[in-house]
Amino acid sequence: MIVELSFGVAAAVMLAFMCVSVLRLAIGPTAADRAVALDTINTLVVTTMVLLGVAFGQVVLVDVAIVYALLSFIATLYIARYLAGGLE
Amino acid sequence: MNVLIYIFLAIGAVFNGLGAVALIRFPDVYTRIHGATKCTTFGSIFSILAVVIYGFARGGGEGGTLAVHALLALVFLLLTNPTGSHALARGAHQAGIKPFQAVVDRLEDKR
Repeated sequence: MIVELSFGVAAAVMLAFMCVSVLRLAIGPTAADRAVALDTINTLVVTTMVLLGVAFGQVVLVDVAIVYALLSFIATLYIARYLAGGLE
Repeated sequence: MNVLIYIFLAIGAVFNGLGAVALIRFPDVYTRIHGATKCTTFGSIFSILAVVIYGFARGGGEGGTLAVHALLALVFLLLTNPTGSHALARGAHQAGIKPFQAVVDRLEDKR
């Protein structure tokens, strides 16, 4: 019981780090800064979903984390191609 | 076994926090990619390894499923995170963003 609670506390700490990253997403001077902040937030979201899967006792959240990791990877690649100057 | 889970969760939280601090404190895009990506990847390894240890310790069908799926998520994270950050750095360089206090750009002609 206390072990699951510690996973929930770790997930809450990750949420605080995500709020810090949202600060850079808001004030970032260039578009690349915002893309880096979004990439960091995506990694933290995947970790938080895996931790919450233990805290709530539901394995399906881990599967959602796998799909989220792959989709955020594709989104990051598209943003990088856009920064490099178009998709043609 | 519980002590190991606590230690791994603490290491993961500390390194993810260092990644968030690096994102705020570093001066330009390339150092932010460097700090944020490496620290969050290393922290996520330990956070997910804590979940894997918990799943194997609980045992049974559900614990084994939890451990294997968390390990799969870790493998995908380890494959996609460096690739995405490398693509972002390449895109930022091709967009013409200079490093902080840079005088010479030796990759200028590779743009």
